Amino acid sequence: MDIHLLENVLFAMVRTGTPLLLVALGAMMSERAGVLNLGQEGMILVGAVCGFIVAYTSHNMGFGILAGVIGGALVSLLFGFIALTLIANQVATGLALTIFGTGLSAFVGAGYVGQSLIGLAPLEIPLLSKIPLIGKALFAQDILVYLAFVLFAGIFVVMRYTRWGLIIRAVGENPEVAHALGYKVLLVRYCAIMFGGAMAGLAGVYLSLAYTPMWSEGIAAGRGWIALALVVFASWRTERILLGAWLFGFASILHLLLQGYGYEISPNLLAMLPYIVTILVLVMMMTRKQGQGNFAPRSLGQPYYPQR
Amino acid sequence: MRIEKRLHDSKVMLYASPLLALLLTLLSGALMFALLGRAPLHSLYIFFIAPVSELYGLSELVVKVTPLLLCAIGLTLCFKAKIWNIGAEGQFVFAAMIGGAVSLQLSESQGFWVLPTVIISGALAGMAWAAIAALLLTRFGANEILTTIMLNYIAVNLLLWGVHGPLKDPNGMNFPESALFAAQTMLPVLFDDYRVTIAILIALFMLVVIWVLLGRTLLGFQLRVMGENHNAARFAGFKSNALIWFVLLFSGAMAGLAAVSEINGPVGQLIPTLSLGYGYAAIIVVFMGRMHPLGILLASFLLGLTYLGGEMSQMELELPKSITGLFQGMLLFYLLACDLLIGYRVVFSNRTLGKHPAIAAAVSTPPVSQ
Repeated sequence: MDIHLLENVLFAMVRTGTPLLLVALGAMMSERAGVLNLGQEGMILVGAVCGFIVAYTSHNMGFGILAGVIGGALVSLLFGFIALTLIANQVATGLALTIFGTGLSAFVGAGYVGQSLIGLAPLEIPLLSKIPLIGKALFAQDILVYLAFVLFAGIFVVMRYTRWGLIIRAVGENPEVAHALGYKVLLVRYCAIMFGGAMAGLAGVYLSLAYTPMWSEGIAAGRGWIALALVVFASWRTERILLGAWLFGFASILHLLLQGYGYEISPNLLAMLPYIVTILVLVMMMTRKQGQGNFAPRSLGQPYYPQR
Repeated sequence: MRIEKRLHDSKVMLYASPLLALLLTLLSGALMFALLGRAPLHSLYIFFIAPVSELYGLSELVVKVTPLLLCAIGLTLCFKAKIWNIGAEGQFVFAAMIGGAVSLQLSESQGFWVLPTVIISGALAGMAWAAIAALLLTRFGANEILTTIMLNYIAVNLLLWGVHGPLKDPNGMNFPESALFAAQTMLPVLFDDYRVTIAILIALFMLVVIWVLLGRTLLGFQLRVMGENHNAARFAGFKSNALIWFVLLFSGAMAGLAAVSEINGPVGQLIPTLSLGYGYAAIIVVFMGRMHPLGILLASFLLGLTYLGGEMSQMELELPKSITGLFQGMLLFYLLACDLLIGYRVVFSNRTLGKHPAIAAAVSTPPVSQ
């Protein structure tokens, strides 16, 4: 195989996997704290539209990125309030967040459809980006991809080596015990949800400012849902999420490879690939899981109301 | 102010909650219109009343209600059994593609069997799409929320492939649309000059069917038991896999009928943006309607109205049509919030055991020395 083609495929794989990585990391954090937030898709869209509008009107990418993160976190607070404080069903509330976020972003962004801006430029890291094969994929990306790597490393360390990680896991595994030990279960869960919202917002910003620098309705294209499947695939383990995100990234850009080899397949049919892969992966996980018990946090999706 | 659990769920709040949610949505809507620089009351009038202030508008509302109600009928059974089928949208889109392909095939045929063939092929296609999710759930235990959502995206891409490829109108100047369906494949309208078709009668008939099914049959009882407790259902010896297959296939068939009601009714051809999110809006219909047949009938009128209101706001208020989705999302959010009051009550005084005057007095009184 042509080395340049392979380099480009790896480059595109990392790029395409980045939004999935960001969303899945955020979703994993809230699920580790016991909260199942199916509103990822809605939060991505809100982040994407906020980021695009602010960057477009202020001509400042930094403001845009910040706006997307804040937008995602704020809209996740709606979910948090209804699911935690008002003890609503988390599945239904997450769906509501996706429906609401889809509607809100389409409404707010209606005047910006078709506008475009100059996307985030890649920052080539000297020397490292010249490593054959992987240099371009890992060290010639834009700043948000690097940020995703940093966040990944941070979350890995927090979950594995720190007290915070332990508290989050305790709250997700057994909120009654965590409460009895004096941890504020709802506060931890609120924080986890808002962190997830911020991450989804960042993924949205990545889509509307870097990946395809424009706003179009439904720009998330199911990535929020794929990311949720990715968390299951990764058995709620940080390092596996990175691998999963790249795997899904690869599935999404398979058409590049096929085109490279001169195959002619309808782009609409190829666009189905990531969704089909998601289903296959879910099936694979379930068949494998049967012997090994369930990896999901024990209180996932169950409401908790502290008894005083 | 705090909340405490009620001893029994409140029946009153169960039915008052959707009304409260509607009220809060209207208030938020008014606030939103004001923030957008529109007169709030006039805007609400444009959104919720103007579309149905004439007979034609009312008939258009029924046109919107038809697919919503059909999808919601199917979803009601699923949600009763706590099978989270989010896939009505995909079942709708796939059925539209197959039903559309059959309609195009039969454009030269004549006979009484043509229309029934189209209708049945749509229903079967919806069932087939739902069957994938049923198989994945019963055979592999793959989460139905995620699989049905993925199937939605796959169906949409299949439809796009269809209208860009084999189903494209050869004389259509290369637009991604199919040819117009022939008259004999179209559902007959109920009244001249209006677009309401016999599909609404089918929907109402199916509504009665699930009413009887849920209230009067063993199957309905089994669904409720399964929804309340999967283990109890298993313990009682219900074949939960058979029930999963039943509710998913049924709801696929309903979504398929909904698709036929659209494409062989008001639309009349295959276009890329066939469903306006009916499959998702139907989820809100089911929740708003409290999973009760009469309730979902009322709720489908409300959700149908949000589509007409969106179109009307675009024309009269120069606001984007996507305001529909915003209102739908608000309705569901407020509904879930208000549902708290079914199981809990809000206590405004901050009396706790220690602060209750009598107890406080008892605690502070020094014990009588012996």
